[in-house]
Order: sequence, then C-alpha cells, then structure tokens
Amino acid sequence: MYELKKYGHSKNGDTMENKKYQRVVDNNKAPEQRGRNALIAFLVGGLVGMLGEGIIQLLCYYFKISRNEASTYMSVILIFIASLCTALGFFDKLVTKFKCGLLIPITGFAHSMTSAILDYKKEGPISGFGSNMFKLAGSVILYGVVSAWFFGLIRYLIGGSI
Amino acid sequence: MTFKYKNVYIKDTATVAGPYEKDGPLGSYFDKTYKDLYFGMDSFELAEQKLVEESIQILLKKTQGKKEQIDLTIGGDLSNQITATTFGSKDLKTAYFGVYDACATSVEELIIASSLIDSKRIKNALCVTSSHNMTSEKQFRNPTEYGAPKPHGATFTATGAASILLTEEKTPIKVESSTIGTLIDYNQSDPNNMGGAMSGAAAFTINKHLKDTKRDPSYYDLILTGDLGKYGKNILTTYLQEEYKIDIAKNYNDCGVMLYNLDAQEECLAGGSGPVCSALVNYSYIMERLKKKELKRVLLVATGAMYSPTTLFQGQNILSIAHAISLEAV
Repeated sequence: MYELKKYGHSKNGDTMENKKYQRVVDNNKAPEQRGRNALIAFLVGGLVGMLGEGIIQLLCYYFKISRNEASTYMSVILIFIASLCTALGFFDKLVTKFKCGLLIPITGFAHSMTSAILDYKKEGPISGFGSNMFKLAGSVILYGVVSAWFFGLIRYLIGGSI
Repeated sequence: MTFKYKNVYIKDTATVAGPYEKDGPLGSYFDKTYKDLYFGMDSFELAEQKLVEESIQILLKKTQGKKEQIDLTIGGDLSNQITATTFGSKDLKTAYFGVYDACATSVEELIIASSLIDSKRIKNALCVTSSHNMTSEKQFRNPTEYGAPKPHGATFTATGAASILLTEEKTPIKVESSTIGTLIDYNQSDPNNMGGAMSGAAAFTINKHLKDTKRDPSYYDLILTGDLGKYGKNILTTYLQEEYKIDIAKNYNDCGVMLYNLDAQEECLAGGSGPVCSALVNYSYIMERLKKKELKRVLLVATGAMYSPTTLFQGQNILSIAHAISLEAV
C-alpha cells in the first residue's frame, strides 16, 4: 500500500542504493577548466572595461562634458552595441566563447533583455516579449536595487555623505 | 514487465534532421536534412511541426502506403503539451495517441504499437517522435539567443523528426520483445548531468530485460542506450557491473554519442539528447545495418529524464525511466 507521507516535496533520502549510485556519478563527472574560464572572463571583462573607459575619455575630450555625464553616455553606447550584436545574431556565440567576460559587464545585462525579446517576439507584444523581456534581467534589477539600498544605508550610517 | 511478440515487424522508417545532425557522422543516413534551424518556417515551434509532418510524408512515400491504410498513429515530443506531434500529424486523420516519456518516448510508442498489433487489435501503426534544440532550450533553459555557457557534462538536444511504420506483415526486421521500465529516483537533481540522472533507469531496465528473458548481454550484437552522453556511458557500465554484475562493455554504445562527432562539434558537449536523438540513430543507421544483416539482434534502451523546470526550481529530484525493445533481423 502507498504511504502517503512519502509523496509531496520530500527528497528520496540517503539510502545505501542512492549513495552507491551517487558515488559512481561523482566518479564520472565531466572535467571543467575553471581556471581557464576565470582567466578568459577576467581578460575579456577587463577589455570591455577598458573600452568603456576609452569611450568616456573620448566623450570628455571631444564634447567637453563632465566625467559623470560621459559615463552615462558610455553605458548607453555599450548597451546599444551589445543589443545590436544580439539582434544581428552573433552575440550568443561570443558569450559561449568568452563566458562571464561579456555577461557580467553591462553588455550582458543588455543581452539578457534583447535575447529574451527575440525569443518571444512571435507570441506578440503583450503575452510575448512584453511579459518575458525581464525573464533573466528581472532578478538582476530586483537584487541590484535591494543591495544598492542596503549599501547606501551602510554608507550613511558610517558617516559618509550620500 | 517483459512481453514477447510473435507477429510484429518494421515496414520502414523515415528521418528528417537539422544542421548539427547533418554534420555528424550519421548525416548521410538521414532521408532529409536542413541547413537552418527554422526549416523555412516563422518560428522554431512551427519548424518542429513541419519536421514531424515531413517525416510522416516521407515514410508514406517510402512504404507506398496511403494514410487511410494506417490504423493508429502514436506520437510524442518534448515541447509543452506535445504540440509538435499533435499539430504535425493532424492531417493523417487516423486514430491517434499522444504519449510522453521525455527522451524514452520513441521506445514507449513502439511498445504500445507492438502490443496492440501482437494482440491483433490493429494491423499496423505509425509512430512519430521529434525534438528541436531551440524549442527545448527556450522551454527548459535560457532564451535561445542568450548562449549561456554550459558545463561539459550537459547534453545537446537533437533536432529532427523520425517516423516508423510497424505492421503485422512479415518484413526483414522483427520486433522480438520489449520491457517496460519503472520510474527511478536516485536523488539526482542536476539538469546539466543527464547521464547521471538517467543511467540508473537504464541499468534497472537492462537488468530487468536480461533477467526476464534469461539472456546474457552477449545474446545481443549491440545494446544501445538513448542519450546518456559520454559520461553517462561510463556511469551505466560501471553501475551495471557493480550493482547487477552485468558486463555490457563489449557490445554497448549510446545514441547521443553516435549522433555527433563530439571531438569536432564542441557545441554538442557530452552528446545528443531529446526524444529524437535515439530515434534518429535507431531509425536510420541501425535499421540500415539490420536490413543488411550486419547486426542480427539489437536491444534499444531509450532513457528519459522526467521533470519540468517548475518541479526542478521547487526543489524536487529529476526522475528517470528507460524502456527497452529488442529487434531482430530475420
């Protein structure tokens, strides 16, 4: 007879059989090159940062604007470039190659939204890309805002100015 | 549960595949291949439906049959509510069963069809299976254009559709017996390690089949699992040896590993997966070799991971199932 309490959300427990099986699975894990991935991400992410700094310098020099203003324009320019590359269909291939080097900077944030929009364009503007464009970016925005609030609070409490 | 069949035969098969499968080592065995994942359609979902429709059309052409002569159609795929098969096979207007066992769907269909033919309820049945890399990426993972990096142990959903016509008329390939699998829960929860999730079910079913039929693994020229991938292959052979004392290393292979050239096609990671992965290999290359009698007895063990993104995110395990069917050249 079924024991009803076995159902629902409980996990299957650490029986001998499960442990034995898990050991075989653990012995046959695919090797990952974590060091190499981290190095690629560091170098490519750094290059994106350098590109951003270059754009800021150029904007300050040619348009005689403040660094603050220039960095806003720089974000817009990088977002535009990344979104255009996503739309042209090759940014996903770059991401697969350069991994977090392109996903962590603002280029990755733009890409997460534009790729979701492309995916759901056939389902229409409301139930399609309208409700799905923040599928990945939603978490970034939510926790970005929450952590910004906390860090602002800490900075205020230790006597800094806002 | 194991059944033996007396009068079930394979009339013919038809396969349609996508660009990655075309570039693989079995590319020349498929009836039709495409270079683009849209297959000339507006969306990936429509593309998968077209694949289903086309594989059915090719099968009817090859068997010179009319759709009116088909008694029953059984179809299944990986998309939500198996829409690829339902929309793709609606024009057949035959009796229809939609079934789902994830990547074990193709063998599940064969077992249902064979059992109905063997008991003389129907004369023939058409079974169709499909999957599409992009529709399943969209459904199970990130947006298709996102290109999120995946670990090397992950598998790559195959794109294509495969159809098969089973009949009671005698042909060179006989469906000899089958074993229905059981849902297995070995506490696996990593969707990027399908080999780990499904090898337990494969081991269970292979052991059950060999025991029920009182056979030794060497009875078969080839034992084939569906989509365990290159790491899953090792898990299965090791676990079968340790737990059941069965050695299949000599005559064993995995369809997911055979479908792609894994050294050259790096994007395919540990190998192919998806319902059509095993069907593409079995219904093209394996059928060809059975017809030529290069292989006499083959045991197909299709493996399925039973879960949805929702159950996974709510913290439940990935269950697995494997069904086995034995084919013989006569």
